[in-house]
Amino acid sequence: MTEITVISGKGGTGKTSLTAAFSHLAENAIICDLDVDAPDLHLLLHPEHESETVFISGHEAVIDPARCESCGQCMDLCHFEAIVREDKLYRVDPLSCEGCKVCVELCPAGAIDFPDRECGRWFVSSTRFGPLVHALLYPGQENSGLLVSLLRKKAREMAQESGRDMIISDGTPGIGCPVISSLTGTDLAVVVTESTLSGRHDMERVLELTEHFKIPAGVIINHYDLNPEVTSSIKEFCHNRNLEVLAELPHDKAFTQAMVKGQTITEYQSDGVGALVRQSWLNIKALAVQIKAA
Amino acid sequence: MIAAIASGKGGTGKTTVTASLASVWPEVFARRAVAVDLDVEEPNLHLFLKPEFAGSQTAFQKVPTADESKCDYCRKCAELCQFKAINVLGENLLIFPEMCHACGGCLVVCPRGVLTPGSRDLGEVSWGRTESGGFVNGRLRVGEAMSPPLMRQVKAKVKELYPEEGGDVLIDAPPGVSCPAMNAVKDSQAILLVTEPTPFGFHDLKLAWEAFSPLERPMGVVINRAGWEHQELNSFCESQSLPILARIPYDRKAAEMYAKGHILADISLEFRRIFLDLARDLAELQSGGKGPAHD
Repeated sequence: MTEITVISGKGGTGKTSLTAAFSHLAENAIICDLDVDAPDLHLLLHPEHESETVFISGHEAVIDPARCESCGQCMDLCHFEAIVREDKLYRVDPLSCEGCKVCVELCPAGAIDFPDRECGRWFVSSTRFGPLVHALLYPGQENSGLLVSLLRKKAREMAQESGRDMIISDGTPGIGCPVISSLTGTDLAVVVTESTLSGRHDMERVLELTEHFKIPAGVIINHYDLNPEVTSSIKEFCHNRNLEVLAELPHDKAFTQAMVKGQTITEYQSDGVGALVRQSWLNIKALAVQIKAA
Repeated sequence: MIAAIASGKGGTGKTTVTASLASVWPEVFARRAVAVDLDVEEPNLHLFLKPEFAGSQTAFQKVPTADESKCDYCRKCAELCQFKAINVLGENLLIFPEMCHACGGCLVVCPRGVLTPGSRDLGEVSWGRTESGGFVNGRLRVGEAMSPPLMRQVKAKVKELYPEEGGDVLIDAPPGVSCPAMNAVKDSQAILLVTEPTPFGFHDLKLAWEAFSPLERPMGVVINRAGWEHQELNSFCESQSLPILARIPYDRKAAEMYAKGHILADISLEFRRIFLDLARDLAELQSGGKGPAHD
């Protein structure tokens, strides 16, 4: 089985539009939206939910005002500035609480409860391109990395059960916890960048990350024609590190036009940029085969 | 005033809006603003504001280190730790510093003084000056998973360097609506939501609005790459009394200038005027002139 994860470092470079197109072009894949924080893939894939599961992860501290003796020890102990004092009453700001249990354990009055924290929901759905595993983290929640790992595990199980040989995942921007969770153990990271200074800067950081975790990577340069100089410097960077440039795609309104129609670019257009995206998918598959063989 | 520039979707223009506001700020208010890049995973604000850096320091997370000779393997630390960062297996004390949230719990509960605070490198905090004001950013070490601890240290640096009350701070927030984004906006007095009039932009704007609403801060919307009609976006803003403070027109030239690291406010007089107005509207939003939180 081959796992391909699309990431970018910088947001808005075209990860989701491309992942959706690859889902269209792949013949036998499980599709996975790992951008649990602000998922958009469903806007192009129009999934029908087959199952929905609550994602419970960790706990949160809750002070019971009836038992609280207002000694303020919790406030002194908390390293996350999560205890708020209002007059003589203390309460926990759920947005700042990291669920470390220190206040719960050490409150002399035993006034702090520690219920499970419901962090989001995850879904198994069907789409016109095959099964989709996706989720929605509740606003402000952490543990997105755990949710990402859970989705990937589910996708692998489903692939094994249904005999599918590929998992295509849409990742998150950045280089932090959810990105690390999307990358570990994946076969190929497709890094989508753009020919802007930010695009190049963020690509370099995310490629440092793939190198750190020894994940093979290839690069797609989106909007290559916005800044030819940056494009050639990205190509040089990739060449020096032996990374394949899988595609150079132009700044083209067709992506937005397809999105507005709720379609993938490859459904919307068989020529033009649609054809370039088809070719890039062939390049990705070829690179994946090469990696698997090595 | 502390204002956060945020968005659900990445790549909508948070950074260029922040940079443009910082650059017009002195012209509008006759005082400088501090531009703060809290997108520590992928900091880009410096690419546009081109600060002269005056200093930087490594930020550390206080993780436990052990003198195992004192340990009697009572497991109190392992039982408390919610993050699987410390464990006892037989007569082995294991510490996984990468998992540690630095809550300090194990240090407090250890009855034998085995554990002392050590450090894990989170990344760098840097500061300096730009033509239009102060500048502070954070840069997460590649491989580090947690950004909020570094963000807290960036914010502490801003307070240390600019202690004066009433100083203006413009925060470039990370994309998304989970803990890093929340951490970036929660201390602000007003929030700008930068979006684009596309299905993805609109969808993630709604997520961001929903996520930040409980903070009860006035929020305003900036539509970047305007030009596509997006009726749903307009009606949504109207129905939630969410003011649309600026529409930045789509312009290929602007995209090309952005690609070179120019800020939108410098592209033309027309663009500059948009940001002069936006700065005034933002101040008005914060003082309660507009925005649902001050109805």
